[in-house]
Amino acid sequence: MNFDYTDEQNMLRDSIAKWAAGQYDFEKRRAALASEDAWKTNWATFAELGLLAAPLPEDFGGLGGGAIDISVVTEEFGKALVVEPYVPTVVLGGGALKYAGSDAQKDEHLNAIASGERIIAFAQAEPKSRWALHDVTTIAKKDGAGYVLNGHKAVVLGAPQADHLLVSARTAGGQRDAKGVSLFLIPKNAHGVSTRDYPTMDGTRAAEVYFENVSVGAANLIGETDNALPLIERIVDEANAAYCSEAVGCMRMMTTSTQEYAKQRKQFGKAIAEFQVIQHRLVDMFMATEESYSMALRATIKLGESDTERARAVSAAKVSIGNASRFVGQAAVQIHGGMGVTDEMRVGHYFKRTTMLDATFGNVDTHLKRYAALSAKAA
Amino acid sequence: MDLNFSAEEIAFRDEVRAFIDANYPKHLKGKVLREDLSKEDFLAWHKILGKKGWAAPAWPKEYGGTGWTATQRYIWLEENARGETIPPLPFGVSMVGPVIYTFGTPEQKERFLPGILSGDVWWAQGYSEPGAGSDLASLKTRAVREGDHYVVNGQKTWTTLGQHADWGFFLVRTDTSAKAQEGISFLLLDMKSPGVSVRPIKLLDGGHEVNDVFLENVKVPVDQRIHDENKGWTCAKFLLAHERAGIAGVARSKRNVERLKSIAKAEIGDDGKPLSEGEDFQRKLAQLEIDLSALEMTELRVLARESAGKGPGPESSLLKIRGTEIQQRLTELTLEAVGNYAQPFPRGLGSNEFPVGPDYSGAAAPIYFNWRKASIYGGSNEIQRNIIAKMVLGL
Repeated sequence: MNFDYTDEQNMLRDSIAKWAAGQYDFEKRRAALASEDAWKTNWATFAELGLLAAPLPEDFGGLGGGAIDISVVTEEFGKALVVEPYVPTVVLGGGALKYAGSDAQKDEHLNAIASGERIIAFAQAEPKSRWALHDVTTIAKKDGAGYVLNGHKAVVLGAPQADHLLVSARTAGGQRDAKGVSLFLIPKNAHGVSTRDYPTMDGTRAAEVYFENVSVGAANLIGETDNALPLIERIVDEANAAYCSEAVGCMRMMTTSTQEYAKQRKQFGKAIAEFQVIQHRLVDMFMATEESYSMALRATIKLGESDTERARAVSAAKVSIGNASRFVGQAAVQIHGGMGVTDEMRVGHYFKRTTMLDATFGNVDTHLKRYAALSAKAA
Repeated sequence: MDLNFSAEEIAFRDEVRAFIDANYPKHLKGKVLREDLSKEDFLAWHKILGKKGWAAPAWPKEYGGTGWTATQRYIWLEENARGETIPPLPFGVSMVGPVIYTFGTPEQKERFLPGILSGDVWWAQGYSEPGAGSDLASLKTRAVREGDHYVVNGQKTWTTLGQHADWGFFLVRTDTSAKAQEGISFLLLDMKSPGVSVRPIKLLDGGHEVNDVFLENVKVPVDQRIHDENKGWTCAKFLLAHERAGIAGVARSKRNVERLKSIAKAEIGDDGKPLSEGEDFQRKLAQLEIDLSALEMTELRVLARESAGKGPGPESSLLKIRGTEIQQRLTELTLEAVGNYAQPFPRGLGSNEFPVGPDYSGAAAPIYFNWRKASIYGGSNEIQRNIIAKMVLGL
């Protein structure tokens, strides 16, 4: 057993921390959120630091790293509250291409992702699908050699910044059939694609995406026709593992900053950290964070195992981190008192981010049920 | 013992219900659910109630109240929650009014109560300070007596809706040598006085609800002090106990449970069926309803004691703790029910765009974030537990 990061991974972590301390502090981040284009500068830096290339194959501009590298990046992003669409582009878009793209598709897109010239958003959820990945009503109808897409995708994270959309669409079967779902990679500026952009609760950006008679060629299809669900499950599990590490980064910051605050804040003639009720809460936050890190790490390491093992480990992490991050977030705000609910304190923004992450690709209930179903099947 | 309403009480309920149905402005309904209310919205409903003589239901009749029994007031709250009406002007009617008619001089009652009743004067609260939150008695805002007025210097914070305020009630230190609680006075202050400035504090939901208030050499006539000098803590404790009782928000929570049920019917779960039919959600909702019943029954017991002349005491801390816990769980469960459409957050950008997702979805996250305040304000829930430990259990 070995829980050590490699030297390269430690360097990766340090380089992000250094960048965040200099270029992504709270005020610079706030300014970036208010600006339409500031993310482009940050994205160029991600390319320079090799964050975009890290998990991609070496043959296509990548550095050949893996899930642990991604977890290092996202945990640091969690600490810095990075809002740029890293997971949609690198983990979801990059993942789909890496596992199922043709050499031509990989050549065209993976190199561009690695160099920062390609931003991808995953247009998967629909207004009534909740978090069921197989619940797809967006239709891709065969039309000669290609397809015509019609449908509405909901809360597509990163779509405002994206130039390409990875789209799940039904090529066969009924709304909730596992079979009959296909994946397409489509330029966002394709004729018939329209979006409604908006900010999300944590300051990231998303959009409703509408497809109206969007014609695409067979070259836009990623992987097999009708059979994309296992691939979607896989990349979403990988995205969830990455988001779990990000939540851990947020939780680490909430626990440490709350400890600091409790040591400084004086009421009744002493630091509130001297009150046992506060101490115990801080200890519970610490324990929740440590166990969350364990579960994120476990999920990340098990991404390479069988589909069932991978899915169980990721759902387990989503459940424990969903619960833990809610507890930590609420406790952090509570101990900060009134300051905790203000926009000016960083702690509330971590709380918002972890709340957002909990509601991304399935919440605690979704994953508790998925875990139970997978366990019942395995038994 | 009997939990049923009498025939008179049922008639009263019907009267209130008919009045609200006939008179509550329809355009204000959705605004209450979105918790997005302007000063004009508050005043519009207040004025309608004023014409009926119901602007201050809890006040004694002699001061323009209704003289209703505790049960009638309970029915009143129930019916208002049912009608999704705007709550009464929080700081005038619910807070400073009772302090003035309890501790004020006849002149003060005559001077200040009519403006509160009519809604012409908007009140704000100056209690907390940057260094005095849970430990309110450590407040440092200083009032120095100079002839027939005080000169006040200091900073107050978390002044809710202070941006609208015409007048404020402030806790100030008038004796620095006495024990913390014994050197505090309760002053009424014209917010237009020279030296008063109000600065907005932006909250997590993107809204502007609370403010910092800076006081710089503000002159306050001595006749605007309520109760004796250095007796402000008595007023503060009285008011906090009242605030805590109201804070339970049982009627509103019951209404929000109903609303959550209707959301759960409209939302589709991961299994493709309405969320309301999913066992997980049903259990959470049932647990919440049961906990709310426990709170309601306890509140009714406290009300009964109050009608018997035993005013709200330290046990109102229980109502505050449980009431806010339930309010917060409701916001949490609503957020959960809405699913991924809880994520869009266009509010705070000042836009009037049509909502993203179902119309109930947009407010779920802002309200969830905003209501974290409930376990902090009015004396944090940790402080409430201290109060029960000390005052009720004698620990």
